[in-house]
Amino acid sequence: MVDIPYTSKVRPDTGVYNAKIGVWLFLASEVMLFGGLFSAYIFLRIGAPEWPGMIQGTMYTSAADVLNVPIGMFNTFVLIASSVTMVMSWAKLMMKDFKGFRVQMSLTILLSFVFLVVKAFEYGDKFAHGYLPAESTFLAIYFTMTGLHALHVIGGIIVNGYLLGPGSKMWKTNPEQFTNRIEIAGLYWHFVDLVWIFLFPTIYLL
Amino acid sequence: MASSHEDIQKHVKTYYIVFGALAVLTVVTVGVAYLDLTIWPALILALFIALIKGSLVACYFMHLISEKKVILWMLVVTVVFLLCMFAIFIGAYHGQEGVHIVS
Repeated sequence: MVDIPYTSKVRPDTGVYNAKIGVWLFLASEVMLFGGLFSAYIFLRIGAPEWPGMIQGTMYTSAADVLNVPIGMFNTFVLIASSVTMVMSWAKLMMKDFKGFRVQMSLTILLSFVFLVVKAFEYGDKFAHGYLPAESTFLAIYFTMTGLHALHVIGGIIVNGYLLGPGSKMWKTNPEQFTNRIEIAGLYWHFVDLVWIFLFPTIYLL
Repeated sequence: MASSHEDIQKHVKTYYIVFGALAVLTVVTVGVAYLDLTIWPALILALFIALIKGSLVACYFMHLISEKKVILWMLVVTVVFLLCMFAIFIGAYHGQEGVHIVS
Protein backbone atom coordinates (compact mmCIF):
# COMPACT_ATOMS: atom_id res chain seq x y z
CA MET A 1 0.00 0.00 0.00
CA VAL A 2 1.30 3.46 -0.90
CA ASP A 3 1.39 5.93 1.97
CA ILE A 4 -0.26 9.33 1.55
CA PRO A 5 2.65 11.75 1.09
CA TYR A 6 3.46 14.70 3.37
CA THR A 7 1.07 13.91 6.20
CA SER A 8 3.62 14.86 8.85
CA LYS A 9 6.61 16.29 6.99
CA VAL A 10 6.22 19.56 5.10
CA ARG A 11 6.00 19.47 1.32
CA PRO A 12 9.08 21.28 -0.05
CA ASP A 13 7.27 23.39 -2.67
CA THR A 14 4.44 24.65 -0.43
CA GLY A 15 6.29 24.68 2.89
CA VAL A 16 3.33 23.08 4.72
CA TYR A 17 1.98 19.53 5.11
CA ASN A 18 -0.75 18.52 2.65
CA ALA A 19 -3.65 18.25 5.11
CA LYS A 20 -3.23 21.86 6.12
CA ILE A 21 -3.66 22.99 2.50
CA GLY A 22 -6.71 20.73 2.25
CA VAL A 23 -8.38 22.17 5.35
CA TRP A 24 -7.68 25.77 4.32
CA LEU A 25 -9.26 25.03 0.90
CA PHE A 26 -12.28 23.57 2.69
CA LEU A 27 -12.47 26.68 4.89
CA ALA A 28 -12.31 28.84 1.73
CA SER A 29 -15.44 27.06 0.47
CA GLU A 30 -17.05 27.63 3.86
CA VAL A 31 -16.30 31.36 3.60
CA MET A 32 -18.30 31.40 0.35
CA LEU A 33 -21.17 29.43 1.93
CA PHE A 34 -21.55 31.71 4.95
CA GLY A 35 -20.70 34.77 2.81
CA GLY A 36 -23.70 33.95 0.61
CA LEU A 37 -25.95 33.66 3.63
CA PHE A 38 -24.65 36.93 5.13
CA SER A 39 -25.44 38.59 1.76
CA ALA A 40 -28.95 37.13 1.86
CA TYR A 41 -29.37 38.52 5.39
CA ILE A 42 -28.23 42.02 4.36
CA PHE A 43 -30.50 42.16 1.29
CA LEU A 44 -33.51 40.83 3.20
CA ARG A 45 -32.83 43.38 5.89
CA ILE A 46 -32.40 46.46 3.68
CA GLY A 47 -35.38 45.39 1.59
CA ALA A 48 -37.69 45.08 4.59
CA PRO A 49 -39.76 48.11 5.66
CA GLU A 50 -39.40 47.06 9.32
CA TRP A 51 -36.88 44.70 10.92
CA PRO A 52 -37.58 42.18 12.44
CA GLY A 53 -41.13 43.31 11.57
CA MET A 54 -44.44 41.62 12.39
CA ILE A 55 -44.24 38.29 14.23
CA GLN A 56 -47.35 36.60 15.65
CA GLY A 57 -49.27 39.87 15.57
CA THR A 58 -46.58 41.89 17.37
CA MET A 59 -44.54 44.55 15.61
CA TYR A 60 -40.85 44.42 16.50
CA THR A 61 -38.36 47.15 15.60
CA SER A 62 -35.29 45.59 17.22
CA ALA A 63 -33.86 42.07 16.97
CA ALA A 64 -32.88 42.32 20.65
CA ASP A 65 -36.62 42.35 21.49
CA VAL A 66 -37.15 39.00 19.74
CA LEU A 67 -33.93 37.20 20.66
CA ASN A 68 -32.31 36.74 24.05
CA VAL A 69 -29.14 38.88 23.98
CA PRO A 70 -27.67 37.74 27.37
CA ILE A 71 -27.98 34.09 26.26
CA GLY A 72 -26.37 34.89 22.91
CA MET A 73 -23.59 36.72 24.75
CA PHE A 74 -23.12 33.77 27.11
CA ASN A 75 -22.79 31.43 24.12
CA THR A 76 -20.22 33.79 22.60
CA PHE A 77 -18.09 33.44 25.76
CA VAL A 78 -18.56 29.65 25.66
CA LEU A 79 -17.39 29.42 22.05
CA ILE A 80 -14.40 31.74 22.62
CA ALA A 81 -13.40 29.65 25.66
CA SER A 82 -13.68 26.47 23.57
CA SER A 83 -11.37 28.02 20.99
CA VAL A 84 -8.78 28.61 23.72
CA THR A 85 -9.04 25.03 25.01
CA MET A 86 -8.80 23.76 21.41
CA VAL A 87 -5.57 25.64 20.70
CA MET A 88 -4.30 24.60 24.15
CA SER A 89 -4.87 20.91 23.29
CA TRP A 90 -2.52 21.40 20.31
CA ALA A 91 0.00 23.31 22.49
CA LYS A 92 -0.03 20.45 25.03
CA LEU A 93 0.84 17.95 22.30
CA MET A 94 3.64 20.23 21.11
CA MET A 95 4.96 20.07 24.70
CA LYS A 96 4.63 16.23 24.60
CA ASP A 97 1.97 16.37 27.33
CA PHE A 98 -0.64 13.84 26.19
CA LYS A 99 -2.55 13.92 29.48
CA GLY A 100 -2.82 17.72 29.21
CA PHE A 101 -4.10 17.29 25.64
CA ARG A 102 -6.86 14.97 26.83
CA VAL A 103 -7.96 17.45 29.50
CA GLN A 104 -8.04 20.40 27.06
CA MET A 105 -9.80 18.42 24.31
CA SER A 106 -12.39 17.11 26.79
CA LEU A 107 -13.04 20.71 27.87
CA THR A 108 -13.46 21.74 24.22
CA ILE A 109 -16.07 19.03 23.65
CA LEU A 110 -17.81 19.88 26.92
CA LEU A 111 -18.02 23.57 25.97
CA SER A 112 -19.34 22.58 22.52
CA PHE A 113 -22.16 20.66 24.19
CA VAL A 114 -22.87 23.62 26.49
CA PHE A 115 -23.23 25.81 23.39
CA LEU A 116 -25.64 23.33 21.76
CA VAL A 117 -27.73 22.84 24.91
CA VAL A 118 -28.11 26.61 25.36
CA LYS A 119 -29.03 26.92 21.67
CA ALA A 120 -31.57 24.10 22.05
CA PHE A 121 -33.22 25.95 24.96
CA GLU A 122 -33.26 29.13 22.86
CA TYR A 123 -34.88 27.31 19.93
CA GLY A 124 -37.31 25.53 22.27
CA ASP A 125 -38.44 28.85 23.73
CA LYS A 126 -39.04 30.25 20.24
CA PHE A 127 -40.97 27.16 19.13
CA ALA A 128 -43.08 27.21 22.31
CA HIS A 129 -44.23 30.72 21.42
CA GLY A 130 -44.96 29.73 17.82
CA TYR A 131 -41.97 31.65 16.51
CA LEU A 132 -41.24 29.26 13.64
CA PRO A 133 -39.10 29.88 10.53
CA ALA A 134 -42.22 30.24 8.35
CA GLU A 135 -43.58 33.03 10.60
CA SER A 136 -41.37 35.84 9.31
CA THR A 137 -38.37 36.63 7.09
CA PHE A 138 -36.35 37.50 10.19
CA LEU A 139 -37.03 34.16 11.85
CA ALA A 140 -36.36 32.32 8.58
CA ILE A 141 -32.87 33.81 8.19
CA TYR A 142 -32.22 33.50 11.95
CA PHE A 143 -32.98 29.77 12.01
CA THR A 144 -31.16 29.16 8.69
CA MET A 145 -27.93 30.85 9.75
CA THR A 146 -27.80 29.74 13.39
CA GLY A 147 -29.04 26.25 12.39
CA LEU A 148 -26.27 25.85 9.82
CA HIS A 149 -23.77 27.10 12.39
CA ALA A 150 -25.08 24.60 14.95
CA LEU A 151 -24.62 21.80 12.37
CA HIS A 152 -20.99 22.89 12.09
CA VAL A 153 -20.67 22.68 15.89
CA ILE A 154 -22.07 19.11 15.76
CA GLY A 155 -19.53 18.30 13.01
CA GLY A 156 -16.75 19.66 15.22
CA ILE A 157 -17.91 17.53 18.17
CA ILE A 158 -17.83 14.39 15.99
CA VAL A 159 -14.29 15.12 14.71
CA ASN A 160 -12.94 16.19 18.12
CA GLY A 161 -14.65 13.22 19.79
CA TYR A 162 -12.94 10.85 17.37
CA LEU A 163 -9.56 12.52 17.97
CA LEU A 164 -10.02 12.29 21.74
CA GLY A 165 -11.19 8.66 21.58
CA PRO A 166 -10.17 6.05 18.99
CA GLY A 167 -8.15 8.51 16.89
CA SER A 168 -5.80 9.27 19.77
CA LYS A 169 -4.11 5.86 19.36
CA MET A 170 -2.03 7.51 16.65
CA TRP A 171 -0.13 9.43 19.36
CA LYS A 172 1.78 6.19 20.11
CA THR A 173 2.58 5.28 16.50
CA ASN A 174 2.94 8.66 14.78
CA PRO A 175 2.88 11.58 17.24
CA GLU A 176 3.88 14.17 14.63
CA GLN A 177 0.95 13.32 12.32
CA PHE A 178 -1.43 13.19 15.29
CA THR A 179 -0.31 16.68 16.38
CA ASN A 180 -0.93 17.91 12.83
CA ARG A 181 -4.42 16.40 12.91
CA ILE A 182 -5.19 18.31 16.10
CA GLU A 183 -3.86 21.50 14.52
CA ILE A 184 -6.13 21.21 11.45
CA ALA A 185 -9.14 20.14 13.53
CA GLY A 186 -8.39 23.32 15.49
CA LEU A 187 -8.38 25.40 12.30
CA TYR A 188 -11.91 24.17 11.57
CA TRP A 189 -13.04 24.80 15.13
CA HIS A 190 -11.65 28.35 15.18
CA PHE A 191 -13.49 29.00 11.91
CA VAL A 192 -16.76 27.92 13.58
CA ASP A 193 -15.96 30.38 16.39
CA LEU A 194 -15.14 33.07 13.84
CA VAL A 195 -18.50 32.65 12.07
CA TRP A 196 -20.30 33.07 15.41
CA ILE A 197 -18.28 36.23 16.13
CA PHE A 198 -19.93 37.78 13.04
CA LEU A 199 -23.32 36.07 13.47
CA PHE A 200 -23.94 37.25 17.02
CA PRO A 201 -23.81 41.05 16.48
CA THR A 202 -25.47 41.01 13.05
CA ILE A 203 -28.44 38.82 13.99
CA TYR A 204 -28.90 39.51 17.71
CA LEU A 205 -27.90 43.15 18.07
CA LEU A 206 -28.64 45.07 14.86
CA MET B 1 5.87 27.98 13.50
CA ALA B 2 7.36 27.65 16.94
CA SER B 3 8.50 24.23 17.98
CA SER B 4 10.63 24.48 21.12
CA HIS B 5 9.08 24.06 24.54
CA GLU B 6 9.89 27.68 25.45
CA ASP B 7 8.35 29.03 22.26
CA ILE B 8 5.14 27.13 22.94
CA GLN B 9 5.05 28.51 26.50
CA LYS B 10 5.17 32.02 25.00
CA HIS B 11 2.33 31.06 22.64
CA VAL B 12 0.24 29.84 25.58
CA LYS B 13 0.62 33.22 27.29
CA THR B 14 -0.50 34.92 24.06
CA TYR B 15 -3.57 32.64 23.83
CA TYR B 16 -4.76 33.75 27.27
CA ILE B 17 -4.17 37.43 26.45
CA VAL B 18 -6.19 37.02 23.22
CA PHE B 19 -8.94 35.26 25.19
CA GLY B 20 -9.12 38.26 27.54
CA ALA B 21 -9.24 40.69 24.61
CA LEU B 22 -12.03 38.68 22.92
CA ALA B 23 -14.07 38.62 26.14
CA VAL B 24 -13.70 42.39 26.61
CA LEU B 25 -14.60 43.07 22.96
CA THR B 26 -17.72 40.88 23.30
CA VAL B 27 -18.87 43.05 26.21
CA VAL B 28 -18.08 46.18 24.13
CA THR B 29 -20.14 44.77 21.20
CA VAL B 30 -23.19 44.34 23.44
CA GLY B 31 -22.59 47.72 25.13
CA VAL B 32 -22.49 49.50 21.76
CA ALA B 33 -25.79 47.88 20.78
CA TYR B 34 -27.48 49.63 23.72
CA LEU B 35 -26.32 53.08 22.53
CA ASP B 36 -29.39 53.24 20.25
CA LEU B 37 -27.41 54.29 17.18
CA THR B 38 -29.13 54.41 13.79
CA ILE B 39 -28.64 51.37 11.57
CA TRP B 40 -25.59 52.39 9.49
CA PRO B 41 -23.31 53.63 12.34
CA ALA B 42 -24.45 50.65 14.43
CA LEU B 43 -23.72 48.23 11.55
CA ILE B 44 -20.31 49.73 10.81
CA LEU B 45 -19.29 49.75 14.48
CA ALA B 46 -20.54 46.19 15.12
CA LEU B 47 -18.76 44.85 12.03
CA PHE B 48 -15.58 46.78 12.92
CA ILE B 49 -15.45 45.18 16.38
CA ALA B 50 -16.30 41.77 14.87
CA LEU B 51 -13.47 42.28 12.37
CA ILE B 52 -10.98 42.97 15.18
CA LYS B 53 -12.18 39.88 17.07
CA GLY B 54 -12.08 37.75 13.91
CA SER B 55 -8.55 38.98 13.13
CA LEU B 56 -7.38 38.04 16.64
CA VAL B 57 -8.80 34.51 16.23
CA ALA B 58 -7.34 34.11 12.73
CA CYS B 59 -3.90 35.59 13.56
CA TYR B 60 -3.25 33.90 16.89
CA PHE B 61 -5.48 30.82 17.28
CA MET B 62 -5.23 29.88 13.58
CA HIS B 63 -1.55 30.96 13.52
CA LEU B 64 -1.97 33.12 10.42
CA ILE B 65 0.53 35.59 11.87
CA SER B 66 3.33 33.06 11.31
CA GLU B 67 1.80 31.06 8.45
CA LYS B 68 3.45 30.24 5.12
CA LYS B 69 2.82 32.40 2.05
CA VAL B 70 0.86 29.68 0.21
CA ILE B 71 -1.88 29.78 2.88
CA LEU B 72 -1.96 33.59 2.92
CA TRP B 73 -2.31 33.71 -0.89
CA MET B 74 -5.14 31.18 -0.73
CA LEU B 75 -6.91 33.52 1.68
CA VAL B 76 -6.34 36.52 -0.59
CA VAL B 77 -7.94 34.58 -3.48
CA THR B 78 -10.84 33.61 -1.19
CA VAL B 79 -11.46 37.25 -0.25
CA VAL B 80 -11.35 38.25 -3.94
CA PHE B 81 -13.94 35.55 -4.77
CA LEU B 82 -16.09 36.67 -1.83
CA LEU B 83 -16.00 40.30 -2.98
CA CYS B 84 -16.87 39.21 -6.55
CA MET B 85 -19.88 37.32 -5.18
CA PHE B 86 -20.98 40.38 -3.20
CA ALA B 87 -20.56 42.53 -6.35
CA ILE B 88 -22.75 40.14 -8.37
CA PHE B 89 -25.45 40.22 -5.69
CA ILE B 90 -25.34 44.03 -5.41
CA GLY B 91 -25.59 44.30 -9.22
CA ALA B 92 -28.55 41.90 -9.29
CA TYR B 93 -30.25 43.74 -6.42
CA HIS B 94 -30.02 47.14 -8.10
CA GLY B 95 -30.86 45.67 -11.49
CA GLN B 96 -34.34 44.52 -10.46
CA GLU B 97 -36.13 47.55 -11.93
CA GLY B 98 -39.87 47.50 -11.64
CA VAL B 99 -39.86 44.93 -8.85
CA HIS B 100 -41.63 46.19 -5.77
CA ILE B 101 -40.52 44.67 -2.49
CA VAL B 102 -43.47 44.19 -0.22
CA SER B 103 -43.47 43.17 3.42
